[in-house]
Amino acid sequence: MNSNRLDLYKIYKNFGNVKALKNVSMNTKSGQINCILGDNGAGKSTLVNIISGVFRQDEGDYKINDEIVSFSSPMEAMNAGISTVYQNLAIIPIMNIYRNFFLGQEPTKKGFFKTFDKEFATQTTIEELEKFDIKIENPKRAAGTLSGGERQILAIARALYFGAKILILDEPTSALGVKESNKVVDQIISLKDQNINVILISHNIEQAFMLSDKFFIIKNGDMIEQFEKDQTSVNGLRKILEK
Amino acid sequence: MIAGEFDLSIGSLIGFSSMSITLLTIEANMPMPLASILTLIMTIFIGYCNGLTVVKSGLPSFIITLGSLFIIRGLTIAITKLITGRTQISGIDESSGYDFMHSIFSSNIKIADVDFPISIFWWLLFVFLGYFMLNQTQIGNWVFATGASKESSKLMGIPIRKIKVSLFMLTAFCAWFIAVIQVTTFNGADVLRGEQKEFISIIAAVIGGTLLTGGYGSIIGVMIGALIFGIVKQGIIFAGVDADWFQVFMGVMLVSAVLVNGRFKKKYIHEF
Repeated sequence: MNSNRLDLYKIYKNFGNVKALKNVSMNTKSGQINCILGDNGAGKSTLVNIISGVFRQDEGDYKINDEIVSFSSPMEAMNAGISTVYQNLAIIPIMNIYRNFFLGQEPTKKGFFKTFDKEFATQTTIEELEKFDIKIENPKRAAGTLSGGERQILAIARALYFGAKILILDEPTSALGVKESNKVVDQIISLKDQNINVILISHNIEQAFMLSDKFFIIKNGDMIEQFEKDQTSVNGLRKILEK
Repeated sequence: MIAGEFDLSIGSLIGFSSMSITLLTIEANMPMPLASILTLIMTIFIGYCNGLTVVKSGLPSFIITLGSLFIIRGLTIAITKLITGRTQISGIDESSGYDFMHSIFSSNIKIADVDFPISIFWWLLFVFLGYFMLNQTQIGNWVFATGASKESSKLMGIPIRKIKVSLFMLTAFCAWFIAVIQVTTFNGADVLRGEQKEFISIIAAVIGGTLLTGGYGSIIGVMIGALIFGIVKQGIIFAGVDADWFQVFMGVMLVSAVLVNGRFKKKYIHEF
């Protein structure tokens, strides 16, 4: 089975005089949750943007399954199986659920007019969300009526449906209450069994420790430490971060 | 409006188109169909410029098209005066191709002994096409998404710039279409044709439930909005009320529609 490896080797990125990333290397593979920890402004977003194809690194290699890749847009990265679920989720509250699920990649019926295949869209949305334990009776409801956790899962389900093998989750539970947050956490853990390489961005140390198998700690654009789960503890991580 | 932009220039585009058709036909001795097609190309080009300016500058379309409203209206008046010395031109019915254009755009169709202007059928056809495009196609979904959230649409790979520019070209096309109907109905053009149409179209859309913030609305709703506008405009005269009250009534309708739309949006999706 393909292990969907994503490796970065000595990545540098500058914005003018600001050194956003200095010599960042990391190795990730599927079947585990890889967590990037760091404070605001540490360079997490820059790293995510490089991985997801928003911009390119100045120096260093970006490899997928040992092949060097270079993406000029998020669309290209997506086609290569790298999907990012951003904090704003790219879900439109005033549009209905199935239209959100297929946003930008609407299924069309064959024929001259290429009409939007709503039946297929509705059915698929119900089925795909059921895989994540969300029962939607009426996918014509506005997505804004879903709970925060459900919306997060909708965004994840959508990414997977469109072929994501490497999934970047940017602070997936930061805006959620405890109950909702647990729902999302359960579903993120279940992604491990689906051979997905999950890259989790977080600054919630407790939750990150519970969820993840591997930790990358960024500080001031530097990858200062990396751990396997059994090499560290919540307190160990906190100490390093707060040092 | 559903895509989150306004086109205030349609009123003056109607004036421009009708004058251009008339001038090309009468002053340049062109057959009327040819003049109409040339005008169509110019009009759509203006729509394209509107769209491009909005998309490239990132400024509110409200301001950009307010500017083009005055530019186009001013140019129409100035050029017409320069060429003919007048602001109204009539007598297009004597030119070649007029009968053909008249029969397509403003003849009457007899159904059960009652004459219906053909423009009603055009109107219904456009409603149907608009409905089909917006609700049944991929492009329609993109239009909604563009209006609801630019950022999200971009992330999902929707070509929002193309969508917006095409929609400005579409409103320009519609302005041209109204102009052709008016030229053939009134047998000529007036530089002030289409004045205030930009406001009427926004009123119809808002009464029809379109959100000012974009992302929501329906063609059927807008059709009903336009219908209400028309019924009130005619009805107020038949009801024997002084027609001055029409404007008051329309203004009140507009404001209440905006308030109601906003309320519904809040209720419909609690958080936003």
